[in-house]
Amino acid sequence: MHVTIPYVIAAALFGLGVYGVARRRNAILVLMAVELMLNAVNLILVTADVSLRSALRGVPGEAWATPNSQAGSGGAFALFVIVLAAAEVGVGLAIVLQFYRVRRAVAIDEVPLDEERVSE
Amino acid sequence: MTIADVLMIALGAVAVGAGALVVTSTHLVRSGLYLVVSLGAIAGLYLVLGAELVAWVQVLVYVGAVVVLLLFAVMLTRAPIGPSTDLDRPIGPSALIGAGVGLGLAALFADAFRWIEYPRGAPGTAERVGAEIFGTWVLPFEVLSILLLSALVGAIVLSRPDVGRREVKPDDPRETTDRAKEEDEEVPA
Repeated sequence: MHVTIPYVIAAALFGLGVYGVARRRNAILVLMAVELMLNAVNLILVTADVSLRSALRGVPGEAWATPNSQAGSGGAFALFVIVLAAAEVGVGLAIVLQFYRVRRAVAIDEVPLDEERVSE
Repeated sequence: MTIADVLMIALGAVAVGAGALVVTSTHLVRSGLYLVVSLGAIAGLYLVLGAELVAWVQVLVYVGAVVVLLLFAVMLTRAPIGPSTDLDRPIGPSALIGAGVGLGLAALFADAFRWIEYPRGAPGTAERVGAEIFGTWVLPFEVLSILLLSALVGAIVLSRPDVGRREVKPDDPRETTDRAKEEDEEVPA
């Protein structure tokens, strides 16, 4: 298989995610764009598991772990990133909902960041 | 051009197309549903690349949990059902940044990996990935479980207004106004 294809797909998805984060005003849509970026990174990790194994072969595992572990841990890293994304979206949505409860808005460019506007 | 290449191009077209709709759609709920399509196509890409377990975890966690959570949030913030007109900022700078990042990364990858045929690796079954995680990566795995626990506690503390509430100090005007506003809004609910 030609690994350039999934790499280019991942690059396009990451670009779309960056575009979404910069363009969207709604906090939930920003979180969706962040999910796209995280998925692009996952795709890169899984593809690197296929394409970079030859470069990693022979690298020993950590001393406290099994010394003869297989190389090619892209899948394990992708799983870790999925778990991180789940934690991120949980805390992120809690913040968004709390902000909505106080301000009745989810537009991120209306979030007051300075003290004067908080106290008014 | 092998069958895997054709499959990857087709799934990638679906993933990128649905991703473009996620960041351009004017319906909030449709955005979330396009995200399902995009993530499902990426799960298909994982399958073609041989990472079975990651593909199923992607379907379970992302499509099953994360998108449902996002749609819950869309509905809890009383999003309008129809199209919204005020979802976007001006297009210029964001399109420039997005296109720059996407095209730059694509050019980098295309230059690094060229058009070389790679052999298919061993399939990433649950057995192999489990041996990886509980062998080499067991410490990061445990750290991650602590992180998940703290994220859980943090989300609960954030979303419960009665946890961590301090006493009102009369000499702190900022806090009293915030508190008054909060309680004004809690009464009708």
